[in-house]
Amino acid sequence: MSYPSDYKYSKDHEYVNVVDDTFGIVGITDHAQEQLGDVVFVELPEVGKKLEKGDVFGVVESVKAVVDCYMPVTGEIVAVNEELESQAELVNSDPHSNGWMIKIKIEDLSELDQLMDKAAYENYLQEQ
Amino acid sequence: MTAKTQFPGTSGLTLEEPLMFEKSIKDRKGYSLPDDDLPELNNDSLLPAKYVRDEISGMPELSELDVVRHFTRLSTWNYSIDHGFYPLGSCTMKYNPKINEVTAGLCGFTHLHPLTPASAAQGALEIMYRLEKYLSEISGLSAVTLQPSAGAQGELTGMLMIKAFHQSRTDSNRNIVLIPDSAHGTNPASSVIAGLTTRTLASGPDGCLDIEALTPHLNGNLAALMMTNPNTLGIFEKKAVEITKLVHDCGGLVYMDGANLNALMGIVKPGDLGVDVLHINLHKTFATPHGGGGPGSGPVAVTKTLEPFLPAPSIKIDPKGFYYFDWHRPLSIGKVHNFWGNFGVMIKAYTYIRSLGAEGIRKVSEAAVLNANYMKERLKPYFHIAYDKLCKHECIFDDSFQHQHDVSTMDIAKRLMDYGFHPPTVYFPLIVKGALMIEPTESESKDTLDQFIDAMIAISEEAKTNPERVKDSPTLPKLKRLDETKAARQTVLKWIPKSTPNA
Repeated sequence: MSYPSDYKYSKDHEYVNVVDDTFGIVGITDHAQEQLGDVVFVELPEVGKKLEKGDVFGVVESVKAVVDCYMPVTGEIVAVNEELESQAELVNSDPHSNGWMIKIKIEDLSELDQLMDKAAYENYLQEQ
Repeated sequence: MTAKTQFPGTSGLTLEEPLMFEKSIKDRKGYSLPDDDLPELNNDSLLPAKYVRDEISGMPELSELDVVRHFTRLSTWNYSIDHGFYPLGSCTMKYNPKINEVTAGLCGFTHLHPLTPASAAQGALEIMYRLEKYLSEISGLSAVTLQPSAGAQGELTGMLMIKAFHQSRTDSNRNIVLIPDSAHGTNPASSVIAGLTTRTLASGPDGCLDIEALTPHLNGNLAALMMTNPNTLGIFEKKAVEITKLVHDCGGLVYMDGANLNALMGIVKPGDLGVDVLHINLHKTFATPHGGGGPGSGPVAVTKTLEPFLPAPSIKIDPKGFYYFDWHRPLSIGKVHNFWGNFGVMIKAYTYIRSLGAEGIRKVSEAAVLNANYMKERLKPYFHIAYDKLCKHECIFDDSFQHQHDVSTMDIAKRLMDYGFHPPTVYFPLIVKGALMIEPTESESKDTLDQFIDAMIAISEEAKTNPERVKDSPTLPKLKRLDETKAARQTVLKWIPKSTPNA
């Protein structure tokens, strides 16, 4: 699966897709879902919660492991993907689109500059 | 492998057994009593009508034989350490000697009510007092509580004490707990429940605690470092003394997860490494049953400085040799268990320690480490090792060599069942991709280890020559290849009550 060129990527394998200039759609990358294996449960935060960059926003449980998901940038949760409640497998089948997890209002857009672009993330994966 | 290796895995007649509710026959009873010749009382005179149920619906109606066969058949589907090798890494599934059950079953113990006054329970208190002393000696720490009922509760107890210690010094900014990325998942959970905030420490390239990663956190916010030694890679934290000193110098404390004490006892005392708080899993290291056979017990040992914070009460002995509960502990974090903890488990652990003696305890660690290294060296040509160095009580392989044949750790684990072995721990620790974590324990003979090793070698061959066989396994158990993903995604509740009883 290819990595969208307009997304930003974190070292913890979360992506941010910036929409309408101030909002970010956040999920875990294809690499992350592949490492985790079959995802069976996703726990997401309450809408309205404000979280700092690096805070845990959710938990993904697969048949192999349970891992935390971290905020790639600071922001307020404005929506969560409710589809994942009944269809956690979307994280595996379509991580970069229908398997999104949260929509946030990004507090400081300049924080995005600290994330990787597609090329940098692909290099980062090579080094791993 | 040697051609003549006989593996324990076989198939035999396994009896099907439905749910109790499905076996139920209306009005069938498990007892017969003579007719009651006493006058019948009206229920209404005994209880207000609103508390009286018309009928108890949904309860299975069975004969005594139905019930006996039900549970006996279910028991034949089980696998335990008494059946065979159980190399579940990090769980220390060692043999539980039967003498422990004999002592714990003595009627003087089993008939003792927990509220019996100390004057009439001196023997029980003496056992607890002495067990505390033995654990104190083994850990190199001053004082012990026996209350926590398992390792995770021991962790919580320890973290609450660490928090109470900092607060008692009005040093309440200390709320950060550092936890290596190889730690047991209970470590961060216990810290968070204790009201502390966790930070993950990346392990160094050698799989051990990394001083470089630690250094930026050494400040006035550090409450504690939680370390596991040997760590979950089965490797001894060689820099432990240097690390505990660094943490102490900045005002923090060091918690040690003692789940892996089986590799150290009688050889290294955690107190000597600079550890302030340690929990001990009696149900691992001290050969008391666990898993479904529990309950567990997670005593916590602390330094002299932290002793005032231990749960209340503590067991003391007066100058006349009388054992009593000391409730006067103003700095104590309070009680963490009903009554005095899981007393039956304490008797078993006490028996284990007394059976072995100091020399025997040391030999346990030596044999556990020797067995794990034997396993590692013999399997090394067939399975990749992420951190290849002298290990302690367990060794971690992964599925890198089998990956090219599309055979995964899960497949290898399932195939082991066909050979008649309980699979090892899989996909933990998280820092090893596709981890297979094998802990043979000191219980097993070389013959058993060789048999298991030959099964693993056979599977590594099958992965190359007949990968489908491995991927379709297991074929011998009652239930064959189960789809754990589907089971988790689409839970099917087999029995649903026909009608809900009155609330």
